[in-house]
Amino acid sequence: MPNSSTKAQATGWVGRKLASVSVLPVLIALLVAVILYSITIGRYDLSVRDVAYILIDNIHPLVTPYWDPVQEVVVEQVRLPRILAAVIVGFGLAVSGAALQGLFRNPLVDPGIIGVTSGAGFGGTLAILIGLQGYLLLGLAFLFGVGSVFLVKLLATVRGRTSMLTLVLAGVVISAFFSAAISIAKLLADPFQKLPAITYWLMGSIASSNYLDVLLVAAAVVPSAVAIYLLRFQINIMSLGEEKARALGTKVVLVQWIILIASALISAGVVATSGIIGWVGLVIPHVARALVGADHQKLLPVSGVLGAIYLLLVDNLARTLTTAEIPLGIITALIGVPVFAVILRRLHAKGGWSSD
Amino acid sequence: MIEASDLTVERGGKTILRNYSLSLTRGRTLAVLGANGVGKTTLINTLIGLIKPRSGHLSIAGQVGFVPQLFEVPFAYSALDIALMGRARHLGLFGAPGKKDYAIVRHYFHMLGIEHFEPQTFNSLSGGQRQLVMIAQALASECELLVLDEPCAALDYKNQDKVLGLLEHLREAHDMTIVFSTHMPQHAVEIASDVLLMTSGNSYVSGPTAQALSAENLTALYDLPIARADFNGLSKHTYAPVFRHDGASIDG
Repeated sequence: MPNSSTKAQATGWVGRKLASVSVLPVLIALLVAVILYSITIGRYDLSVRDVAYILIDNIHPLVTPYWDPVQEVVVEQVRLPRILAAVIVGFGLAVSGAALQGLFRNPLVDPGIIGVTSGAGFGGTLAILIGLQGYLLLGLAFLFGVGSVFLVKLLATVRGRTSMLTLVLAGVVISAFFSAAISIAKLLADPFQKLPAITYWLMGSIASSNYLDVLLVAAAVVPSAVAIYLLRFQINIMSLGEEKARALGTKVVLVQWIILIASALISAGVVATSGIIGWVGLVIPHVARALVGADHQKLLPVSGVLGAIYLLLVDNLARTLTTAEIPLGIITALIGVPVFAVILRRLHAKGGWSSD
Repeated sequence: MIEASDLTVERGGKTILRNYSLSLTRGRTLAVLGANGVGKTTLINTLIGLIKPRSGHLSIAGQVGFVPQLFEVPFAYSALDIALMGRARHLGLFGAPGKKDYAIVRHYFHMLGIEHFEPQTFNSLSGGQRQLVMIAQALASECELLVLDEPCAALDYKNQDKVLGLLEHLREAHDMTIVFSTHMPQHAVEIASDVLLMTSGNSYVSGPTAQALSAENLTALYDLPIARADFNGLSKHTYAPVFRHDGASIDG
């Protein structure tokens, strides 16, 4: 066997050059910078310095307040909750996407593709239709999110084996079903109040986020992300395939269910506060893998922080591109779909589609 | 090490193995031979605990390590990542490999002489190199019984020699018990103390290699004349198939 120093290193194609730098701290610093910058964006003019002083003043006053109270309200009550919501939503979607891709050893999976998003979407639609809000909406979205995961898993599992292809197909089937169900709900909705509420909510927006929304999405995302991170090593093993994982002593069914339920909870939290935002969970983990390699111990946190940065930037676009707000889901789809196509073609070229 | 009596194993409602009995003492090497589809993989999956036998008794003393057939992983894991997964049994559900686990894996990488694979992408390694990494993974689980599913399939002669030599070394120097399946009787001749010839789901020949592995038994096993060839001057022999070149029967 020849010594093959020219072989690909497993730290990812970008990571090789970054090997000496730790990626995660850099990304976290970047995230903080993007958060501060994002708060300055908007019709009310603020500088990064103002924002930093206003925020720090809450913890420990550094300077005597020189700013207008209105500025403080803009920063803390108007812009910060929305920005925190974007950060948490982006973080959650990317972490759950990375975990699902590892679990199903399929780089084309995300919460949207395996049907969770549309299931949760239907749950939320149903909640608006019958007049539920807040945690009740979250609960119903979660219930249908988990239900759709269960259905997809059931459809895709033949004699105890879940193949990559059937899983994605089952996700398409279940998504189609819940999309139809959403249409029926829209048809039944009162066209003056509930229909616009449902439509706008489904397109995905965090424009009107307040701290209650932030708390709601954090309550769904934080514990789920922690659960997923705790299983980081098991996800590595699961990506070898169910049989090999079982032979190595992994509790396959338990790990699958914890990840699926955690992902459903993340999707439900995201859908409940900001509607359907697709493609983040699919695209971001690929970028993260290029930076730090496939080991989920590094991949999960890096995906999360990248997802947060990405969605924050997307939200900045959403609120500045035009005078009217553009729903987030539209922008993430416009960016995500071409990236998905590129990934699909690259996988196809490598023959990664053939095995189950 | 392995005691199996009257094993009956089903898969998908079909009986694959019927009344198999098998015994292997510590420090011996068993080669499993048989035609494609006869149930070698089913037997191996039963030994490593993936399939529960429908009836019969199976007891294995000690931890089992498993080396599957050559495969690729869907993501770009490093060879080190892959080998570390062997530590799963020793880590809790929420655990991740720590210093001790890295030390154990590195110890086996060193033993197998594959330290330089560590940072390389598993999929970019050659078949023989991947096989060594998978053996390191199994060893990292600190097993006493090593079960390998066709460890030499898809390997060239040189790499076959390397893997067989390694198995022999593990048995001799580390007192391991080894079970492997193969399509090459020569592999059994070289390193197996015992053989199991799986003629069909309910009949088999087993015993020490010197007795059970004969031209006669192999001929019955593959339904093809197989001759023993002794090398002049070497105290070595091999088995060679006498292919029929019976192309005419294909067109009828």
